[in-house]
Amino acid sequence: MLEFLEQTLQPRFNFWIYVILMMIGLWAIIAKNNLIKKLIGLSLFQTAIILFYVSLGVKEDATIPIIEKPPAAKQSETYNNSSKEAQNNRTPKEATPDEKKRGMLSEGEKTAKKIYPKVDPDTIANPLPHVLMLTAIVVGVATLGVALALAQVIFREFGTLEEDEVLKVIKEGGVDE
Amino acid sequence: MIFAFDFIILIFMVVAAIISLKVKDLLSASMIFGIYGFLICLLWAEMGAVDVAFTEAAVGAGVSTVLLIATVYNTKRKSSD
Amino acid sequence: MLSKVFATIAVVITGGLLLFGVYDFPSFGDPNSPPNAGAEGGGESVSQYFITHTYKDTKVPNLVTAVLADYRGYDTMFETVVVFAAGIAIFCIMRVVGNANDPRQKKEREGMHSFTYGDHNRIIIGTTCRVIVPIIQLFGLYVIAHGHYSPGGGFQGGVLLGASFILLALSSDLNSALKRFSEYNYFKLAAVGILIYAGFGLTSQFLGENFLDYGVLQPLLFTDGPEMARSHSMLGVEIGVAFTVMAIMFSIYANLASQGTLKDGL
Repeated sequence: MLEFLEQTLQPRFNFWIYVILMMIGLWAIIAKNNLIKKLIGLSLFQTAIILFYVSLGVKEDATIPIIEKPPAAKQSETYNNSSKEAQNNRTPKEATPDEKKRGMLSEGEKTAKKIYPKVDPDTIANPLPHVLMLTAIVVGVATLGVALALAQVIFREFGTLEEDEVLKVIKEGGVDE
Repeated sequence: MIFAFDFIILIFMVVAAIISLKVKDLLSASMIFGIYGFLICLLWAEMGAVDVAFTEAAVGAGVSTVLLIATVYNTKRKSSD
Repeated sequence: MLSKVFATIAVVITGGLLLFGVYDFPSFGDPNSPPNAGAEGGGESVSQYFITHTYKDTKVPNLVTAVLADYRGYDTMFETVVVFAAGIAIFCIMRVVGNANDPRQKKEREGMHSFTYGDHNRIIIGTTCRVIVPIIQLFGLYVIAHGHYSPGGGFQGGVLLGASFILLALSSDLNSALKRFSEYNYFKLAAVGILIYAGFGLTSQFLGENFLDYGVLQPLLFTDGPEMARSHSMLGVEIGVAFTVMAIMFSIYANLASQGTLKDGL
């Protein structure tokens, strides 16, 4: 039993807890009667999913996704020359004019490797989930604002935020203006 | 990633989530939801996602709590469940 | 009661299936998992490409900012549009324009008015917030400008700037915040932010490249290489994002706190 816990549960303990959080949110969305409580449940659901995405990008013993030591000045000098050359050679006759125009691989992989010391991807956390979830958080609060606005309008019309009372009023034929 | 740190914060998060749904005062629920946001922010900072942690600290814990409190102020503070 | 039974059934079934699926996930923090290292035998994954090539392509040390504003520029632009659309939606749902005798505008709030006018009754809070607000705004500007080298960027800085106005509205009252940042101004600023972002994209399109391909803006920005042009364009784009996010955050707060009347709010 202990072995089972160590081997299967411990490496994935965070995913288990994310599922638990998500289920708390889902339960609140379905079962709670108050609309504000439903919205809190919706936010819990959303944060559980965001947590899941971010934790997919975690690497053991990796640092934050900011490159610590940029190449030295001498190297950037070489880079400047190469880019000016690439700029001068910006003619359609070149073999790969598109790549040169964008400044990618302007001198080929070989020189690029020499100028920029290669970063080991295993030492830096995966930046892609961070980017996707960063925008999702901001959009999440904007949509939470829309939901809260709707809740306030419902309160203005029906005088309550409880779902069953609102449904009762609707069944009886709505509010008279 | 440190196992004990992650585990304790995640347990706190589950507790905060359950309390914010159980409490009947909606103002308390909003504040506990803010605490939940700060715990997530701590977890992300520890995972190495500094940008996401920064955003969550500003947006999830700050602005969304203020929006919830503004709505509670304009509607009812008591909840039936 | 029925909904609780149904909710428990749904949660148990969904949660059980998801917990069963957890067994197939890679373990937490595994550097060789498919999201980090790509599929087996599939070559370099896109995140590895970002880590190894971003500094070479853009000269921005913060990979998140570079990927956000350059490689995934379309995504960020339309996320900003979503934020803008949410602000407009709240305006359309909540905003009440018209006479003060409208029954929808009236809400019985006796006993609260003494707190909501001016900061004369809130000496400590009012003074402290007036001192703190410029510091928050300075920090927000720092976060936007320094987003290339440290955690931060347009979204975070925009939210901080918006939060400074929200703090002003909370500490005194909504009118004094709206005097400094009126409704006309914040919607104008929100639109200007998106136009700045789209303007960078359209300019590079007019110069003969793809939409939002900043490398071609080099002659306009007087930089010595397409990489620096990308770096500077990213700053411009982040400023656009910050404008929109700041304005919309404040507009959401102003509408929600005052029930759309933009008069005495929280």
